Amino acid sequence: MKRCNLLLRSVAAAAVVGAAGFSAPALAEDLTIAVGAEATSIDPHFHNLGPNNQLGFQIFDRLANPDERQNFEPGLAVSWAPIDDTTWEFKLREGVKFHDGSDFNADDVICTFERAPNVPNSPAGFSTYTKGKTFVKVDDYTVHVKTDAPYPLMVNDLGNVAIVSNETGCDASTEDYNSGKAAAGTGPYKFVEYVPGDRIVLAANHDYWGEKPTWETVTIKPIKSGPSRVAALLAGDVDVIASVPTTDIETLKGRDDVTLSQGVSNRVIYLHIDQFREASPFVKANGGGDIKNPLMDKRVREAISKAISRELIRDRVMEGLSIPAGQLLPEGFFGVSENLKPDAYDADAAKALLAEAGVPDGFELTIHGPNDRYVNDAKIVEAIAQMLTRVGIKTQVETLPRSVYFSRASSGADGLPEFSLILVGWGAGSGEASSPLRALIATNDKDKGMGTANRGRYSNPEVDKVIEEALAEVDDEKRAGLLAKATEMAIGDYAIIPVHYQVNTWASRKGLKYIPRTDEYTVAYGVVKE
Amino acid sequence: MSVFILRRLMQSALVMVAMAVIVFFGIHLIGDPVWMFVSPDMDQQDIEEVTRALGLDRPIWEQFGYFVLSALQGDLGTSFIFGEPALGLIIERMPATLELAFTALLMAVAFGIPLGLYAGLYPDSAVSKAIMAGSILGFSLPTFWVGIMLIMVFAVILGWLPSTGRGDTVDLFGVPVSFLTLDGLKHLLLPAFNLALLKISLVIRLTRAGTREAIHQDYIKFARAKGLSTRRIIGVHLLKNILIPVVTVLGLEFGSLIAFSVVTETVFAWPGMGKLLIEAIQQLDRPIIVAYLIMIVFLFVVINLIVDILYSILDPRVRLGDRGA
Repeated sequence: MKRCNLLLRSVAAAAVVGAAGFSAPALAEDLTIAVGAEATSIDPHFHNLGPNNQLGFQIFDRLANPDERQNFEPGLAVSWAPIDDTTWEFKLREGVKFHDGSDFNADDVICTFERAPNVPNSPAGFSTYTKGKTFVKVDDYTVHVKTDAPYPLMVNDLGNVAIVSNETGCDASTEDYNSGKAAAGTGPYKFVEYVPGDRIVLAANHDYWGEKPTWETVTIKPIKSGPSRVAALLAGDVDVIASVPTTDIETLKGRDDVTLSQGVSNRVIYLHIDQFREASPFVKANGGGDIKNPLMDKRVREAISKAISRELIRDRVMEGLSIPAGQLLPEGFFGVSENLKPDAYDADAAKALLAEAGVPDGFELTIHGPNDRYVNDAKIVEAIAQMLTRVGIKTQVETLPRSVYFSRASSGADGLPEFSLILVGWGAGSGEASSPLRALIATNDKDKGMGTANRGRYSNPEVDKVIEEALAEVDDEKRAGLLAKATEMAIGDYAIIPVHYQVNTWASRKGLKYIPRTDEYTVAYGVVKE
Repeated sequence: MSVFILRRLMQSALVMVAMAVIVFFGIHLIGDPVWMFVSPDMDQQDIEEVTRALGLDRPIWEQFGYFVLSALQGDLGTSFIFGEPALGLIIERMPATLELAFTALLMAVAFGIPLGLYAGLYPDSAVSKAIMAGSILGFSLPTFWVGIMLIMVFAVILGWLPSTGRGDTVDLFGVPVSFLTLDGLKHLLLPAFNLALLKISLVIRLTRAGTREAIHQDYIKFARAKGLSTRRIIGVHLLKNILIPVVTVLGLEFGSLIAFSVVTETVFAWPGMGKLLIEAIQQLDRPIIVAYLIMIVFLFVVINLIVDILYSILDPRVRLGDRGA
């Protein structure tokens, strides 16, 4: 990687001439996009997975479609509102046709929500969004959704499920979708061809009910290797690439035939801290003896937060591509607090806090992190370890491939999280603060389905109460207030230590740009002419 | 000879069973694949549901028993992430990889043997020294780096060839191949050369060493004395004798060309089996990994068999008999 980057730099000037001279620019109406990860299926209900959803966004509509900031805009539903405590009413869009020519109406909605949670062989389907909900057809263009208790996040849930046609899509198997037989949605682009591992081809749906598609043909190519993606763009083989490697961004900035588009993501990178057991597996006294887990002391957690220079990580590790974080979601998202700011780097205060907590000389610690999951994840872990060592917490680093890391970080041999201090990321799929609050902060409770990813097992009944209150509050303004309050309480406890929000980069050939999305998806309708 | 082949096939079945056991149990030591599939929004009950649906909640010996039963019926498991039969997914991507490997093999022979022969016949010429120096580079440069260099030079700077991917395909006996279209050939050239580079170097060295040794032997001198043309001496007498080690090595290397073209396929985004394997490993798609490795073992066995048969054709002194291995 290093060497290839050097090369990129050294030939940058020559390549401007080369690329312009030889590679014929693609036709204006056609678009080729290179993405890092390939969709595993065309079936939008097969696997609730980023690459699959991002493909589905282009072929299918949802009742409400998330825009580039994950605000839900009217999709196949023109409006929605709760009509009583436990019923939501969705008014459907009239005059919409599926790609196969059939009309869209309430029957499609009803059968979609029957199919979505029940796809055979699905490794992880959409039951999360449909369970506990009853779908009732009122008339051809009205659907009622009933729940047992008030459910304010109805749109956030249903906005994740692609609507398929009851004529072709509902009874179809995943293979029927992959072969194209059943892959008819109502979205801006129609499915044309799927060659596994090589390309997916889409064509414009000129009858689209919304903004007309810009591109006649869209080819999506999976190019896993970052440097190869960049080279494909420079060679003129593709028009837009997703996930530009941070090391290449400086080089690309210097070229006038490439446009970079950057935007913050909904993903916070943070530290989870073991704070539920007195003997934490990777915490030792100086010299290696046993010690009562100092991470249970809030002051020690605060010291760790203050020992980390988020600015330094941004400037040196992330090449400027991160925003120091002080809470669970970046500014502008629903339910974030306006009062929380990232902790400033203050080594002296950190040392003082450690002394106050009874560990003036620090202790020994191993920090764990993945090395193939987030942007520069291993490097961030290494930087944090050095910063902690500097204030006296002698920190070892162990990074693991995600296939090993996540299962051990979630449940080790005894079913409990195996590590003491870990680096993880969380992208708020629902686009608001309840997603990280209920998964990362709420007490781990299987029956309630809360704290699923609470790998530090932070538990504060008062915070739980506020979160639960928020999850049942239908009034948006009140709910936003409750979510912000829960966030402030949890961050005040140092339940987790936010490090930064990831900033994503797309690169395109001159004349195009990408409208960055907070959900990190790359979609054809986000590519616009400059 | 048929007894020999039959015995070989039976031995290979044993090897495949051993391989299946090792891989199946080995891969269970890595991690819990469920954490690779679940979406963040799922709660604990959803996650348990997924574990149950994939059969991962069962004890490992039960999973293995189920695997063996289905394997006997020709079903090597269903991929977790694709939800389709693992073997089918591998076979679907096999033509692309085979095409790449065969082209690389062809390049290894087409470049390696003439260059090696030249370097062996005229060891002191400047050209020979350049060839040998080049072969050292071919050996020692890491594949991924050479791949990126090739893309930078031929695709980005010169713009002669496409950077990544597979070109247009046409069906040949129902199998999609790309070497019959111009676009396909263009796409094939760089990755095949990248894959072949190491093998070319290998063949150059083997051919040169063989030539240097054979050229001083009596039968060559005798042929010269008899007044045969140089072309015939080199083309027939010399070449035939130095080819045996080359064929052996190429046979073995061909297996690795197919099985482990992972790096080249990743760098060039070539839609082959190697790319499928590496992604399966990263996502702990156990059925694909197991099926892939079993298939590769089978492939190696078959290739070795073919090499043995080729031997007997090249060197009549070699008899295919019951020699155990």
